[in-house]
Amino acid sequence: MRERKPISTGSEWTFELLERYDAEIARLAAEYGLDTYPNQIEVISSEQMMDAYASCGLPVYYHHWSFGKQYLSIEKHYKRGQMGLAYELVINSNPCIAYLMEENTMTMQALVIAHACYGHNSFFKNNYLFRTFTAADAIVDYLVFAKNYIAECEERYGVEAVEEILDSCHALMNYGVDRYRKPPALSLREERQRQKARAEYLQSQINDLWRRTIPESRSRRETSGERFPPEPEENLLYFIEKNAPLLEPWQREIVRIVRKIAQYLYPQRHTKVMNEGWATFWHYTLLNRLYDEGLVTDGFMLEFLETHTAVIAQPPFDHDFYTGINPYALGFAMFRDLKRICEDPTEEDQRWFPEIAGQDWLEVLDFAMRNFKDESFIAQYLSPRVIRDFRLFAVLDEEGEDELEITAIHDDAGYQAIREKLSEQYNLGTLEPDIQVWSVDTRGDRSLTLRHFQHNRRPLAESAEEVLKHIHRLWGFTVRLETVDERGRVKWCYECG
Amino acid sequence: MSQIIDRRLNPKHKSAVNRQRFLRRFRNQIRKAVSDAVDGRSVTDTDSGEQVTIPAKDLSEPVFQHGPGGRREIVHPGNKEFVTGDRIPRPESGKGRGGRASNQGEGMDDFVFELSRDEFLEFFFEDLELPDLVKTRLAREVAHKSVPAGFSKDGIPPNLHVVRSLREAHARRIALTSGKRRRLKELEAQLAALKAEGASSRDIEALEREIELLKQRIAAVPFIDTLDLRYRNRIQVPKPTTQAVMFCLMDVSGSMDQYKKSLAKRFFLLLYLFLERNYERTDVVFIRHHTVAKEVDEQEFFYSRETGGTVVSSALELMRDIIRARYPFQDWNIYAAQASDGDNWPEDSGNCSRLLDEEILPYLQYYAYIEIDNDYPLGLWQEYEKVARRWPNFAMQAIDTPADIYPVFRELFRKKGVDR
Repeated sequence: MRERKPISTGSEWTFELLERYDAEIARLAAEYGLDTYPNQIEVISSEQMMDAYASCGLPVYYHHWSFGKQYLSIEKHYKRGQMGLAYELVINSNPCIAYLMEENTMTMQALVIAHACYGHNSFFKNNYLFRTFTAADAIVDYLVFAKNYIAECEERYGVEAVEEILDSCHALMNYGVDRYRKPPALSLREERQRQKARAEYLQSQINDLWRRTIPESRSRRETSGERFPPEPEENLLYFIEKNAPLLEPWQREIVRIVRKIAQYLYPQRHTKVMNEGWATFWHYTLLNRLYDEGLVTDGFMLEFLETHTAVIAQPPFDHDFYTGINPYALGFAMFRDLKRICEDPTEEDQRWFPEIAGQDWLEVLDFAMRNFKDESFIAQYLSPRVIRDFRLFAVLDEEGEDELEITAIHDDAGYQAIREKLSEQYNLGTLEPDIQVWSVDTRGDRSLTLRHFQHNRRPLAESAEEVLKHIHRLWGFTVRLETVDERGRVKWCYECG
Repeated sequence: MSQIIDRRLNPKHKSAVNRQRFLRRFRNQIRKAVSDAVDGRSVTDTDSGEQVTIPAKDLSEPVFQHGPGGRREIVHPGNKEFVTGDRIPRPESGKGRGGRASNQGEGMDDFVFELSRDEFLEFFFEDLELPDLVKTRLAREVAHKSVPAGFSKDGIPPNLHVVRSLREAHARRIALTSGKRRRLKELEAQLAALKAEGASSRDIEALEREIELLKQRIAAVPFIDTLDLRYRNRIQVPKPTTQAVMFCLMDVSGSMDQYKKSLAKRFFLLLYLFLERNYERTDVVFIRHHTVAKEVDEQEFFYSRETGGTVVSSALELMRDIIRARYPFQDWNIYAAQASDGDNWPEDSGNCSRLLDEEILPYLQYYAYIEIDNDYPLGLWQEYEKVARRWPNFAMQAIDTPADIYPVFRELFRKKGVDR
């Protein structure tokens, strides 16, 4: 065994030590070929951490009561000791901003640096969803622009008027994203320049659309039988921003801001398992390397392993603490297993993963990190070994049946089924109701019809009626929501207006 | 290359605005919660905040979601004995199907959070306002004090500055006579020379006449002139009255038991708290009385017991004397709170209303009287009712239980115009 020359021995951290640990971890990360944005590591207090928490982890955010609610609830839990704050918070920006809490020990700081500054950071920079949907270079500037713009609106139109619009937009935030097409890149300068022109242009477009309701053009429209929109639109906020007849230009801009931020946050919802699994895999790997090189003490490793174990704990379904599958646990196990399959494949692995068994694990992991989201990652890489380790099983809950049915377990017959079902469980497209803009009665009462396309006969929750009120506020005329079953029949309908 | 930045000195509480937004939005719910809390909790407990509960449905942020029903297939970890095809009874309330009941349960309950002390009081006092506080603020502009501001040429005799005036006169005399004195000296020198030469008496006489004339003209310059007078100059500077004194008057005769006193105490404390928030400085004077009144400290005021009869006017007289001696009404906002069980020596009640009418109420911002446990109103109550009709700054209420205090307080200090 090599002589140990640890970087530090105590649990207290200093800025010099942070720099030394960061340098060592960066050296190892580079050795593994992790491609990262530059890091900006910020040391903050626990109050500041709570602030950051309350605003979706964004460094700058506009003001809204719901963030206050969030803050109050975090504060309450934290002060009562019911909840520890997350050790880290990292922002998908360039440079990549990571927060370290001053209360943490040196070990925890090193863990967070490895986890956030090299794990998450490389994921943000290279995963295709983040590359496609977010602009790390522009996000902080855009958030500043959004905050200032909304503050200006509050001054000009009143806090309440702005709050109403924001409430309504927040209700539709999950329906404010482009799922398939790449949104144009954000740029603060262009945003500012275009904002004014856009406001005028948009308004003129809207007017154009609605002018067709005057009698002169009516006959032409009626005979042509065109429908509007020509294709159903799944991005409700986009549709509202571009077409809502009564919104003022500033209101449209706010809709746009919420939509842009939703778009920025969208990839994170798709990659919880992968992103956390990747970061956990790397903090585990990097800190173990530090230990192997004798740069950290046994005490450091014990503290690290205790935290690490808690992070990747997966309580079974019948445990009091069970809240579903722990993304850290599943992601970490999957990446670890991928490495194992590469390095030490069994006969089973040869059958299941012929193309990666025995390959260079770094390349395989890098490819997996870049080209998948949770849904496809699980469909592609969930191995029988992990299924067995987690003792996964699938339960079918059919409405009208008195009993639940176990449809698959961790056996040969069940591996493929479990894999598919778990993958489906991370498909946001089926997790959230599929709701699209169906048509607008441009010639008549200007009513907006949305359609909910039912999947597996799952109904909408009652909250739909409340959401509809919000849509009505934005649209200004009657809003209808029709639920269409799998055979294309309209089953029921909410209306507001 | 990483950059490490210490942000700990950056402002905290970036969410303070969001918190305020939250409180503003749920103002009505919070007000109700605070009002309920006040009824329940001890009023002396004013240093802590309060836990406020808001029904979850009021602050839900609705989104499109799936409701229960339909076909769901879910993968769980930790299988123990299930095999494919097993049928198991549907668990109650989601248990075993996600265990949501056990630990996400709280999210579905009411939203509970802590109001800080200041926020609590803010809500507590929200639509209370010192009676005519606005008027007092305006009146404050009227209260001036004069401060020295140099000297001026006009003024009134009492402000005459003698030294300055004489100095002016002296200067004027020097200025007006110096030419003549010089000439006088010359002439006197000539005269002496002529006399020494033994010149003719005609020349000497002429010189002597001229000297005499000069002397007369010098003497004719007045010793002091109206031009010389200098007065102390004083200007009026508006003096803000930011101090209040609160008189606590309480009957401590035998009939006031500890329960009644503790009711009274809460009333006083509430008023004190209120004044404290509105004035920079608030003095409190405790006057207790039975047949004679005495100024005491707080401890004695609330906790020592006396026996004997009751003469309320003794307390009023003492209060009047203290105001005259220590709290001139120009400088102080004077408030009085009196608590009693209504007992008084029958012949004394008339004295009380006369004292109030003539010597106290004209100088007070407000006089609040509470009568505890007045099942059958006695002479004092009836007499005070008449006073209340004459004076808008006199208010009275009867209270029975701690729960009455807050409503009484609101009644006494209701913001003018809220009801209308």
